[in-house]
Amino acid sequence: MELLLQQLMAGLATGAIYAAMALAVVMIYQAIDHLNFAQGEMAMFSTFLAWQMIQWGQPYWVAFVAAVVLSFLGGVAIERVLFKPIHNAPILSQLVAFIALYGILNSSAGEIWDFTIKTFPTPFGSAPLFGQNLISTHQAGMIGVTLAMLGLLYLFFRGSRLGLAMRAAAANPDSARLVGIRVGWMLALGWGMSAAVGAVAGMLIAPVVFLEPNMMLGVLLYGFAGAVLGGLSSPGGAVAGGFAVGVIENLAGTFIPYVGRELKLTIALVLIVAVLMVRPSGVFGRAVVSRV
Amino acid sequence: MTVPPQETALATREAPRAAVLARLSPRHLAIGGAIIIALLLPLLTTSFVTFQLTLVMIYGLAILGLNLLTGFNGQFSLGHSAFYGIGAYTAAILMDQADLAYYWTLPCSGMLCFAVGFLFGLPALRLQGLYLALATFALATAMPQILKFHPLEPLTGGVQGIAILKPDPPPGVPLSADQWLYYFTLAVLLVMFACAANLVKSRTGRAIMAIRDHPLAAAAMGINTALYKTLTFGVSALYTGVAGALGAIAVQFVAPDSFTFLLSVSLLVGLVIGGVASIPGSLVGGLFVLFVPNIAESVSRGLAGAVYGVILLLVIYVMPSGAAGLARLLAAKFSSIRTLHIEGKSV
Amino acid sequence: MMLEVSGLRAFYGQSQALHGLDFTLAEGSIVTLLGANGAGKTTTLRALCGMVRMSGEIRFDGKPIAGRATEDIVRLGIAHVPEARGTFVRMTVEENLRLGAMTRRNRGAITADLNQVYAEFPRLRERRQQQAGTLSGGEQQMLAVGRALMLRPRLMLLDEPSFGLAPLVVEELFENLRRLNRERGVGMLIVEQNAALALDLAEHAYLLETGHIVRAGPAQEIGKDEAVRRSYLGY
Repeated sequence: MELLLQQLMAGLATGAIYAAMALAVVMIYQAIDHLNFAQGEMAMFSTFLAWQMIQWGQPYWVAFVAAVVLSFLGGVAIERVLFKPIHNAPILSQLVAFIALYGILNSSAGEIWDFTIKTFPTPFGSAPLFGQNLISTHQAGMIGVTLAMLGLLYLFFRGSRLGLAMRAAAANPDSARLVGIRVGWMLALGWGMSAAVGAVAGMLIAPVVFLEPNMMLGVLLYGFAGAVLGGLSSPGGAVAGGFAVGVIENLAGTFIPYVGRELKLTIALVLIVAVLMVRPSGVFGRAVVSRV
Repeated sequence: MTVPPQETALATREAPRAAVLARLSPRHLAIGGAIIIALLLPLLTTSFVTFQLTLVMIYGLAILGLNLLTGFNGQFSLGHSAFYGIGAYTAAILMDQADLAYYWTLPCSGMLCFAVGFLFGLPALRLQGLYLALATFALATAMPQILKFHPLEPLTGGVQGIAILKPDPPPGVPLSADQWLYYFTLAVLLVMFACAANLVKSRTGRAIMAIRDHPLAAAAMGINTALYKTLTFGVSALYTGVAGALGAIAVQFVAPDSFTFLLSVSLLVGLVIGGVASIPGSLVGGLFVLFVPNIAESVSRGLAGAVYGVILLLVIYVMPSGAAGLARLLAAKFSSIRTLHIEGKSV
Repeated sequence: MMLEVSGLRAFYGQSQALHGLDFTLAEGSIVTLLGANGAGKTTTLRALCGMVRMSGEIRFDGKPIAGRATEDIVRLGIAHVPEARGTFVRMTVEENLRLGAMTRRNRGAITADLNQVYAEFPRLRERRQQQAGTLSGGEQQMLAVGRALMLRPRLMLLDEPSFGLAPLVVEELFENLRRLNRERGVGMLIVEQNAALALDLAEHAYLLETGHIVRAGPAQEIGKDEAVRRSYLGY
């Protein structure tokens, strides 16, 4: 029983990272209507930037904030420079552009910082939380930060004018233009915010999986899976999906025989696909009912 | 628009010539020319280049499979590496353990992949767009795991995979093994491409494309969308599976980590670069996918991925609809120049 | 003249939809553009807003706006109520209305305008927290007009406002438009297939046929024109 509880908590803790990633994924999806495959690499690159600043002697919090800000600006720049020219290209072509971005970021990171793993500090420490052996303080910190981000984003999108404008630009770009919203810049903003959320996710998980250029692939995939499970139209659902995927992955790894690290992903995906069979738009997603 | 008298006279004089030319469209000439070049190439170049060209055709065939599903039918698949892998392993296992001749492995791989594709297509009916992408992605990640699965090792050879021998040309044929394999692949390619072209032009093809463009309208017109979608999944898997079998024979080796999600990504890149819903474009895609990563690596070992990414971006900027899209654009410009010329207007 | 258009041409890809239109609209007046399906009415409005490829001259308050981005044209005070209303279906009625005021700063003025819209369209106030997509056709049309008003526009472009609405609802809508024009002095360019209603409301009328203006004049005269009556008014 204690093992189950422990694995559950551990699952929630890793799930927090997938949830953060899923949040970034859904945010960008709502803004641009497709998935950004390079999201993980952007997060990885941001984490490396933070690491570099720490190496240069900056305190953790300065590096953290600077990385988030730089990521935001980077996201905006990438959208305006790289993706604006192909805005009207077919979706599959834009997909290939994402793949290209993935290659560029991954390869550059490897060249600048090489592929040896590095340690990344955590502001939360790694002591067991409350002395209990369920989760560590860092894991609790991950969960807390993810939920806090979700809360802030919710307030932003529901409660602010800019948030309303962004939602409008994503939902109906033509109508948004007709009320004077600069749709192009809303898109760029969406990218920037998504990059910033990704950076936070990256800096939270680096202490756990150790920093190296390929660290985010698995996280991104689980994040996607979580987002899809929760439903791509629902940020809250994405976060819930992320947590769920973390738990499923951990429990599967612990309690099903033959399941090594790689098979865990497959099992998680198979379970998610099974769920999608029953609810094709994700657990919390709303099927878009359009009149003919 | 009335045509002035002297232009009518010109038209009637040109009529007999035009009739013959009309049957031999530029398209036919291009295909004929390409086939002739293809037949001559192995005799003019080294063994290694012949081998590479064989791989180009194999990838082209695999991409055509993906094209049938994603390009013509609008079902997004990230899982075609799995079908390629199934085809490859089927061929390898049959040749290694059942001593089956290499040419019989192709129909076996094809039929098995058709069945798997069709069966996968059934639950896939419920999923759209990105959700379908995730399901196919699950298939792609599952494949290497299944191939490495401990209890299946006697069949699949586990992590080590299976090694097979390259087939020899039939007795009396004065070609090297590489050249023979090239011509064999070329023959299979031509047959399968021709079948695909026929399918696309037929009523079935139109139904398949109607489903892609407007599923609701297609269903309202009486098209059995479920049947066509699953059948297309099956055929698409068949094509990629046959390509996989040919790939196994060409490379003489199959191992689980050759058939990962990365292969699916390559196929997708090839599909886009060649041109979505373009049959000849699939070959261009195959060319790109085989050679460009090598080019990128030769530019810079450490930044190979970055160089590849930059090349991809530049290609997308220049031809957002792939090579086929560019060809269409140029053809339209060319024909509009010709039309203006015939009408006597200055260009 | 608030709006002056000369030599307006518009293109969809290779095909030309408008072949050189000339028309004007005076400050605070109502002008209607009549024509059958495919005449180019919607294209004209879209061209004014920079939503299709076009050539020609468009002057708003004497300033050229041809070729400018839609967002910038809107910011000059031109509100476009598109065909199919362009409702943000997943957002609430109130959010839709507030979006209309997206380019304005003064919070107090915006809230005051919001309340005024609710006063003019009480049914919207009843449904203010409802998802806009659940509203009936007539209500969505009122919402679209209300959203346009939130811009405090000098000119409203209305694309087939009667489309798909029951006759009584249409009457109420046009009454509202008349009142708005009278009370607020908002200029209106109304594109309509329902000639009778439009000619009753407007001061000037233009008749569009396959991208050309074939008749122009005061609405009353156009309404009495023999050919117009037979083709568009049915008697």
